[in-house]
Amino acid sequence: MSSRVILRLLALAGIMTPISLWVGQQAYGWMPEPASEEALLVDNLFSFLTTLGTFIFLGVAGTLLYAVLFQRAAKYDEGDGPPLEGNLQLEIIWTAIPLVLVFWIAGYSYRIYDQMNILGPMEHMHRGEAIAAPLVAQTPESTDPIEVHARQWVWEFYYPEAGVTSTELHLPNHTRAKLALTSEDVLHGFYVPAFRVKQDIIPGRRIDFEFTPIREGTYRLRDSEYSGTYFAAMQANVVVESAAAYQQWLTDAAARSPQPGLSPSYTEYQLKVENRDHRPGWKTVEPAPYPLVNYPGSPELPEPKL
Amino acid sequence: MTDLTLETALNRDQPTPGEPENWRRFFSFSTDHKVIGIQYIVVAFVFFLIGGFLAMVMRGELITPEADLVDRTVYNALFTMHGTIMLFMWTFPVLNGLANYLVPLQIGARDMAFPRLNAVAFWLVPIFGIILMASFLVPGGPSQSGWWAYPPVSLQNPTGNLINGQFLWILAVALSGISSIMGAVNMVTTIIRMRAPGMTFFKMPAFCWTVAAAQTIQLFGLPALTAGAVMLLFDLTVGTSFFTPETGGDPVLYQHFFWFYSHPAVYVIILPVFGVFSELFPVYARKPLFGYKFVVVSSFVITGLSAIVWVHHMYASGTPSWMRMLFMASTMLISVPTGVKIFAWVATIWGGKLKLSTPMLFALGGLVNFLFAGITGIMLASVPFDVHVNNTYFVVGHFHYVIYGAAVMGIYAAIYHWFPKMTGRMYYEGLGKLHFVLTFIGVNLNFLPMHPLGLMGMPRRVASYDPEFAFWNVLASLGGFLLGVSVLPFLLNMISSWILGEKAPANPWRAIGLEWLVASPPPHENFAEIPTVVAEPYGYGKNEPLIASQMTSTELV
Repeated sequence: MSSRVILRLLALAGIMTPISLWVGQQAYGWMPEPASEEALLVDNLFSFLTTLGTFIFLGVAGTLLYAVLFQRAAKYDEGDGPPLEGNLQLEIIWTAIPLVLVFWIAGYSYRIYDQMNILGPMEHMHRGEAIAAPLVAQTPESTDPIEVHARQWVWEFYYPEAGVTSTELHLPNHTRAKLALTSEDVLHGFYVPAFRVKQDIIPGRRIDFEFTPIREGTYRLRDSEYSGTYFAAMQANVVVESAAAYQQWLTDAAARSPQPGLSPSYTEYQLKVENRDHRPGWKTVEPAPYPLVNYPGSPELPEPKL
Repeated sequence: MTDLTLETALNRDQPTPGEPENWRRFFSFSTDHKVIGIQYIVVAFVFFLIGGFLAMVMRGELITPEADLVDRTVYNALFTMHGTIMLFMWTFPVLNGLANYLVPLQIGARDMAFPRLNAVAFWLVPIFGIILMASFLVPGGPSQSGWWAYPPVSLQNPTGNLINGQFLWILAVALSGISSIMGAVNMVTTIIRMRAPGMTFFKMPAFCWTVAAAQTIQLFGLPALTAGAVMLLFDLTVGTSFFTPETGGDPVLYQHFFWFYSHPAVYVIILPVFGVFSELFPVYARKPLFGYKFVVVSSFVITGLSAIVWVHHMYASGTPSWMRMLFMASTMLISVPTGVKIFAWVATIWGGKLKLSTPMLFALGGLVNFLFAGITGIMLASVPFDVHVNNTYFVVGHFHYVIYGAAVMGIYAAIYHWFPKMTGRMYYEGLGKLHFVLTFIGVNLNFLPMHPLGLMGMPRRVASYDPEFAFWNVLASLGGFLLGVSVLPFLLNMISSWILGEKAPANPWRAIGLEWLVASPPPHENFAEIPTVVAEPYGYGKNEPLIASQMTSTELV
């Protein structure tokens, strides 16, 4: 390779690098505002991947665009191009560089995943070292996890320390949230986009799951594993509040007598039962009736934070 | 005795009565690989239109946040059938059709190794297609459990009928598997055993390499899916409990069976499309395929690696952390042979004399879309990021860039490129370019907005969504409708060109390859005399003969 070619490539890289870095910064804004420790980690990873991806895309697509614009055959040119059949050195380079790149990405991803540590302790394999410093601001004195019950198509939460049930998930801020995920019928998925965490819920298993909310507010919990007819309606609000407010909420909720909780699927199903929805459809599994809970929560959608 | 042999010899030179001019042969149990190839392509395209129609109804539902257009059960049936039809009734069969048509011609064979098996494999396609469509008519409607058919949802049967939509779905998928295994046995045998003299593996066109690599996947992967499907069928009908948790089964086990095949299946689709790219870029850039050996061998590296990446569909499932990390590494690895191909194509194009005809435009567009899909694919391979976007529209956007953006556009490129060979007629370039522009814009307008939707946290398979997702969904729906419109110039072009198009010469693109040495359309049994291959397949600019006696045949052209 002549030094002129190398200089040109360096100049191109000099243009593409700042563009890629800029796109990588934009990537933070494509996600909902991060509301957990894990979200901060994932967003950094995504920004890194976007930077790298932009660079590769610009490099390859730019080369193609240049060829398409400037290397077209003249109208009556029936001739062939130069019969270049390959270049072993080049081929080895473009096998080796991606190899190094993907190992870099995999290594970085591994570290991030290790730091997130979202699957319960019984599953996570602790190695002697290399466990990142705990992200948790205040670890609660190992309480029982909040139980998340999924069934077609309603979320129900049980807080064992206070004996409270709800259809709106409340979590104390800056505290490791520990959840035990169970399903009564089919697969469901626990997914809060603002927290960037997701875990399928498997009937017949109890899956311990954890993460750390860091921003007070109301977020959406969505079922992320297809669960049948009213799958899309299986959403609930997640309220992150200060530890004090959370304790207050638990106390207040415990004092309330059980009442029907929120279940958008069951509400919608009533339209069918009462024959107010005339669109043709097929027979469905019936949604579970409103669960009796201490605290139904608010049916209002939170303001999306982007 | 002598008379008889003479007669057979004469018959060989003449097309058998009615062929290849007689259109009725397309509706018969023909054993001619060229007829079967076109049968596959046309039947598959009909199902592509059906699957596309279902998708447009879905986009109609999703243009507003509420589930207001169709009932939720109908929506769920729509996405289930859309996915199933597009994979089992469109991409697999259409690629089988291309392979059927091209492989014997490209390797210098008169037909496939097992012509009758070939015909049986094809005729199963309309049969299971009808079974699949019939599920719209049974009580309870078609399967509503998605094309993954994950239990326990797929085992729920609110009507209580034995023959329900899910039953027919499993039956159709199992038959599809049988058909594909027949096709794979035939294809692999043909490529190994029936190459013309002199055509060593490293003189074989890249398309044949990719078909061999893809069909090898069918051979080792399909048995797992078929076994999983049979167990699911037993769970559904006779109450076994392979996958039902309350009686000791494990629903996650099904996911392993399913993805052990269904991830490699993506490579069954994309590998032949890579083959199409490798064939077309040299023709329309007038340069040899850069690094031919690297490119063709990488296909088999992909085949090998494709068998050990399936858990990346299950990062958020009931999988332990160590498994997620292991499959992250293997998934990352598979991007390397894929990257090798992309770089080789770019190097093939670079410095050439480009002719931007319709097939080249589709191939280039497909390559750019695939590049984008590859980059989002590496992102998805990364476990922590995937945990956020798994089962969201980010994934839907990613794989539609692969399947529509790259595979379907590559298939269009192939159809245009070999249309003169298949029909003996030229297509209309203007309509072809219009088709390209509409498709390329439609793909990006439809599928790019799905990425921000997924990043924002919109789950896939939802009939309704929170209003914050409305903006990007409106754009995606408009793109979806545009894609629907984009098919019209294609249909017009194909039908009118086939009937009225200008007669095509044997080699309209000045391409190198055995298929371009015979007439358009090729005579019955392809080659009067089997050629002897003496050169590598992409000798553009080298002025060397491809076969030993090329002098005589080229003079005829």
